[in-house]
Amino acid sequence: MNALPDEWLDIASLDAVPQRGARLVKTAHGCVAVFRTGDNKVFALDNACPHKKGPLADGIVHGSEVTCPLHNWVISLETGAVQGADEGQVETYPARVEDGRILLDVAFLKRRDAA
Amino acid sequence: MTQKLVVIGAGMASGRVLEHLFDAEADFDVTLFNAEERGNYNRIMLSPVLSGEKTYEDIVTHDADWYDANGVTCHFGDHVTAIDRAAKTVTSQDGTVAYDKLLIATGSAPFIIPVQGKDLPGVITYRDLDDTNAMIEASEKGGKAVVIGGGLLGLEAAAGLAERGMDVTVLHLMGHLMERQLDEAAGFLLRGDLEKRGITVKCRASTVAILGEDKVEAVLLEGDEVLEADLVVMAVGIRPETRLATDAALSVARGVEVNTQLQTSDPDIFAVGECVELDGQLFGLVAPLYDQAKVLANTLMGTPDVFTPKELSTKLKVTGCDLFSAGDFEEAEGREDIVFRDPARGVYRRLVLEDDVVVGAVMYGDTADGNWFFGLIRDKTDISDMRDTLIFGPAYQGGAPSDPLSAVAALPRDAEICGCNGVCKGQIEDAIAAGATDLAAIKATTKASASCGTCTGLVEQVLAVTLGDDFVIPTDASICGCTDMTHEDVRRMIKSQELKSMPAVWQECGWKTSCGCHICRPALNFYLLADWPLEYQDDPQSRFINERKHANIQKDGTFSVVPRMWGGITTPDELRAIADAADKFAVPTVKVTGGQRIDLLGVKGEDLPAIWDDLNKAGMVSGHAYSKGLRTVKTCVGSDHCRFGTQDSTGLGIKLEKILWGSWTPHKLKLGVSGCPRNCAEATCKDIGIVCVDSGYQISIGGAAGMDVRETELLCQVATEDEVIDVIKAVTQSYRENGKYLDRIYKWMAKVGLDWIQEQVADLENRAALAARFDLSQSVYRKDPWAEHVAEASPYQALADLTLEAAE
Repeated sequence: MNALPDEWLDIASLDAVPQRGARLVKTAHGCVAVFRTGDNKVFALDNACPHKKGPLADGIVHGSEVTCPLHNWVISLETGAVQGADEGQVETYPARVEDGRILLDVAFLKRRDAA
Repeated sequence: MTQKLVVIGAGMASGRVLEHLFDAEADFDVTLFNAEERGNYNRIMLSPVLSGEKTYEDIVTHDADWYDANGVTCHFGDHVTAIDRAAKTVTSQDGTVAYDKLLIATGSAPFIIPVQGKDLPGVITYRDLDDTNAMIEASEKGGKAVVIGGGLLGLEAAAGLAERGMDVTVLHLMGHLMERQLDEAAGFLLRGDLEKRGITVKCRASTVAILGEDKVEAVLLEGDEVLEADLVVMAVGIRPETRLATDAALSVARGVEVNTQLQTSDPDIFAVGECVELDGQLFGLVAPLYDQAKVLANTLMGTPDVFTPKELSTKLKVTGCDLFSAGDFEEAEGREDIVFRDPARGVYRRLVLEDDVVVGAVMYGDTADGNWFFGLIRDKTDISDMRDTLIFGPAYQGGAPSDPLSAVAALPRDAEICGCNGVCKGQIEDAIAAGATDLAAIKATTKASASCGTCTGLVEQVLAVTLGDDFVIPTDASICGCTDMTHEDVRRMIKSQELKSMPAVWQECGWKTSCGCHICRPALNFYLLADWPLEYQDDPQSRFINERKHANIQKDGTFSVVPRMWGGITTPDELRAIADAADKFAVPTVKVTGGQRIDLLGVKGEDLPAIWDDLNKAGMVSGHAYSKGLRTVKTCVGSDHCRFGTQDSTGLGIKLEKILWGSWTPHKLKLGVSGCPRNCAEATCKDIGIVCVDSGYQISIGGAAGMDVRETELLCQVATEDEVIDVIKAVTQSYRENGKYLDRIYKWMAKVGLDWIQEQVADLENRAALAARFDLSQSVYRKDPWAEHVAEASPYQALADLTLEAAE
């Protein structure tokens, strides 16, 4: 496909991701976790905790944060920053909801290509 | 020169346009079409008409005299069928009329869910006076009404029908009512208030079909539930009515697209009201429609004006429940919440802040300060100076902080505090008044907290509320940062206040966050399902991943799969199936566990449903090796083979495992059954151990062989297998009802004492009641989660695979 910057890619229905849950999107350079909060915001982050690469999509989502299932590091879905005393950063990607569909910015695929 | 203005639709927006034009004595010759057989009336007031407080005559805005006096040519009950933009004419059923300027004000149409039976007589929408009259007529016969849709319109219909004596059920697809205006907590309070008014509310209810022969008889829900219905009201939403505009090839997105002068893609055609879309935004509330009407009237008269959508607030009254919402209250980047809950008054307030400015507010119960908060949102006031007291409203700026004990203060005198001894709050208050001023004195005089002790925190809070500064509560750890309450406090509240959902707990126990955290949510989920097995719906998103995916997560993100081997007994066929599965899914490690079964380690998350399916087909089910629940019942070979065996320990182990499997407990639960005191099944370091002797069975509890190593202590000795089963059901249920989440039995036993547990099972009546409650819960939870997840496997798969896109 012809990926232009700021082109939004329709990934799936919002209903496909449970509230306070996440699903994975596979890319050539690893998985991106798409999160849905209790109030139906979506966020896309690399599916790897900066601590020991724990799969964040398998964590518990609360407010706009997720707790990694391996060692309970808490990561902000908004900024990707590790919360509390721990330090680290997870890559985030633009995501939004429109008419009940989850949209990702295809530019993120290119950025991941370059990465 | 007089211009011919043709208006399609006589609603509140176009009515206001005409008022502005006539007030300014603008030179227009107006022709007004309306599909309804009447002119403009106040649609907002249809609810009072439905409930009988008002009549149609009370809500008419423009009557025949008004249209007459202003020279409007009225075509009421006449549908416009086409617009000819080249000829500049409008064609209706009655003929064709020419225009200089055309105004489309077709409003919106109710959304009809496309299910079988939607066209049956007795199925109506709620949009205009005809719908309202149809509902009033239907309600005169009484009977049952089902309202599909728990938004504002649906709830008003429900309230009106209930007022007229119908038995009303509201079905709502989403998890809580009015999810667009309210968050979950406010939705919970609204639901409670509606239920008090006799309206049944079913959330997450998906309508599959409407049933009936020549008229509606019932509604069929997903899950095969059937609700009898004499009347079905569809109020699932509205969409802009754009058919005429689309046919005329005007630019239409969701609504008729207009610019800030309300002009469509044709310069002589304008649109106003619910049918328009501006910059992707639709409009449904009356305030922006009136703003549009003013701008449009100016545009038509040649006065420059611009429509700017404003920040909106909604103050709603649904059957006497006060709600307020304004701005954007969804969580987003850089936003923070301030939450205030006053369970005593059923009050909930949530403010959403961004950069020291309030951007959204939700209020329930007491909305008196709504306009003050709305002012802060609209004016983008910097609130950093008053942030600490902001949530209490204008009257409290600089005033007293809230009372953290308000939840306990709010309990009525007959609220049960101590479940063991049946002591109510009032008795404790009386004891305090009579001179009992500390916990020991309360225990001595009332027996409250003198048995299992789990209500100690609540008793102390009653002391604190009653005595004020004279009593200092010993600090006990709260569950987490979301609440000041301890596990024991919250459990007592769940039981005594009959809290049956997570939002109910958050509200009534004054949670400080909007939806808990990874520490409190799994605990609450367990407490709710243990105390209300039939009423509470298990929430997978509040479970740790192992229990959500029914497999143990490993350090590399793969999972391990352990099929159940009842009592540690397997067969060659089962072993072959396990070996085949290990080959097929390239399982890197196969290990024998300490619980007498086989662990397949290193299975990819997306392969889980497929490997389970293979194991299911060989007759195996989940071993729950991942659960805070029944894990294994380890056995020795017993009297079947062993020359020392006194009883059939293997057979008893299998029976126990088949009874207990699937049950959730505060922490993991491991059992062992040894056939003689040589104890080859190591039963005396299990949570519950049975050692068979010649005269019967010794049941002991509270062993451990992990970080702590402990020997079990004897609970009782019984003579028959049936008694073993009843005692173990009872002690497990008591642990489920009273144990703190993540306490193994030995920790629970250290708190309540072995004596207390012995009393629970020694009293035969109590033993039977506990066993019966265990059986009731097992009627819901004794099932194979693997089979269920094989049937619904999509959550285990990726949402999308973009590997190809990236490659190109």
